[in-house]
Amino acid sequence: MWYLCYFLHRLLDYRLPEIEALAKLHGYSDGQKVGQGLQWKQAPDHHPDSPFYYVNLPNEDIARKVATQSLLLKGMYEVWGEGCTHEELKEAVDNYAEERKEPYLAENTTFKIVIDCFGKVLTFDEQTARIQSVSYVPFKGQVQLKKPQHKFWLIDIDAQAQQNGLPPLAAKCMYFAREIGCSDRSVISKYELSRRKYLGPTAMDAEIALLMAHQALVKPGKLVYDPFVGTGSILVAAAHYGALTMGADIDIRVVRDGRGPNCNVWSNFKQYNLGEPLGLIRADNNSPPWRSDVREMFDAIICDPPYGVRAGGRKSGGRKMLNGQRDAYVIPEEMKKDHIPSTAPYTLVECVHDLFDMAARLLVMGGRLVYFFPAAREDCSESHFPKHPCFTLIANSEQILSTRWSRCLITMEKTAKYTEEMAKDAHQKHIDFKENHTQFLEDNKERGSLHSLVFRPADALVGEAQNLLAAAVGTSHLPPEVRAKYRGKYV
Amino acid sequence: MRLLTHNMLACNIKGVTKGFPLAIEVTKLETKESEMNPDFLRHIYPKLDWKALHDAAHTLGLNDIPEQVEPAMLEDEDFLQKFHHALLEVHLEEGALICPETNRRFPVTKGVPNMLLNEDEV
Repeated sequence: MWYLCYFLHRLLDYRLPEIEALAKLHGYSDGQKVGQGLQWKQAPDHHPDSPFYYVNLPNEDIARKVATQSLLLKGMYEVWGEGCTHEELKEAVDNYAEERKEPYLAENTTFKIVIDCFGKVLTFDEQTARIQSVSYVPFKGQVQLKKPQHKFWLIDIDAQAQQNGLPPLAAKCMYFAREIGCSDRSVISKYELSRRKYLGPTAMDAEIALLMAHQALVKPGKLVYDPFVGTGSILVAAAHYGALTMGADIDIRVVRDGRGPNCNVWSNFKQYNLGEPLGLIRADNNSPPWRSDVREMFDAIICDPPYGVRAGGRKSGGRKMLNGQRDAYVIPEEMKKDHIPSTAPYTLVECVHDLFDMAARLLVMGGRLVYFFPAAREDCSESHFPKHPCFTLIANSEQILSTRWSRCLITMEKTAKYTEEMAKDAHQKHIDFKENHTQFLEDNKERGSLHSLVFRPADALVGEAQNLLAAAVGTSHLPPEVRAKYRGKYV
Repeated sequence: MRLLTHNMLACNIKGVTKGFPLAIEVTKLETKESEMNPDFLRHIYPKLDWKALHDAAHTLGLNDIPEQVEPAMLEDEDFLQKFHHALLEVHLEEGALICPETNRRFPVTKGVPNMLLNEDEV
């Protein structure tokens, strides 16, 4: 059955994949091949970033579960009629199957009508007028504004209005629909970073972390691992959905000490009454300390790898030794006890290679790897992302950081077994990286310019726009309003 | 550090062939009770190296972990409780893990094992 999704107008690229992940999480995967999402439908003149989509789900039960867990959905609806004018809408609603309408209009039920207009705020009088406009629907129940049994929505899209930056539609579009479920975003404020006790500079925003957990199909009893755990912000979100968690980090001060006995990774879980991580270790993603025959341990691996953008990636090995400034050395026995090993910069390519090899080894079949990958905007397509024979790409959600740079949330599913041959190849590549350390650093230098863009994307963007305009107009002083309002993917 | 973590860790110093299981040096143990999840135990059981878990449990003084396990035992409440206790409730708060091949000592402080290698070990 087709249900209408009315999305929030934010994180545009994350919206459809979220629904697909949740549908799978709630058991709708039969007949769906891996990497093949749900069926979607959109009105012909709607922009791909429009918040209105029809999705095909098997039944109302799954639709409700998906809608109530989702974060980017305003609501999911059974549409009784749609049209460009009130007359068309009336005709459509009148013609809608009687047996579908009847149970919700019956006596002894309670209901309310919600008026919504995308891209425009309606006054109280306008709302009342609209409620009266659907008086042709034969409601027999009682109106109840607080907790009614059924909610009906009259949604319209104003064709002329600015529509949050989306291009105007050819004609007005109206829906009369019954609500199946709507999202509860209070969970986001519960985990808001501003109320978190222990935070690091790259703690993952609560909303994104919860969305990552959706992509990873987290549910109670699943074991989730984050190899770059930091202050645990991603694992907190996974634990919210009942996952058991494990984490590793190369920085021992972060995982072990935090800021004291009541302000550390463990306390971040206690703060929300979540089960503490099963294990935290200090380890290097570049030479992970897992026994060689450990396989298929984790149900999901979720992480935000350090690509040297907000926090530089580090791996073990002497910096001077790797770049050839000094010869290999041995640490004398008497110095070993208090020796603090030095680390070397870790490049994007090598980091992703290590992550894939570890995930291919440690994920169960069908387990998911969810991670962020930075990319130039023109490179945010499937063909540019790193691949691995064990994984199938499921979703790629681009989040635009500036006119040039994006970060993509990538979801991959393990669809093939890890073989000895892969292990051998990975080992060879590992040695190769070590031998060519300096070369790889050179190649990755250009990524350094990402830094300022990520820290101050708005400024960078205004700067770019100003430069362009300044070049065109011949002045260097322009107000900041020149920044384009809509920053969607396709505009 | 729980024995679950111990069961997965190995010494990965360059040249070490197996580096597993790591011997445990106990300075301080802690027991934190937690709710048993039988499904999780059954799910994780085939992935564990049972001998390593058995030996490690004995080092920590948990002598009721049997050396051999039959799959049928995973239905036995009493056994699951012992398994749960050894795998997840006993923590090595302070101590060390020692590589069986090189005797390299990996310290465990505040429950976090430090597995980072020195420059001459990678």
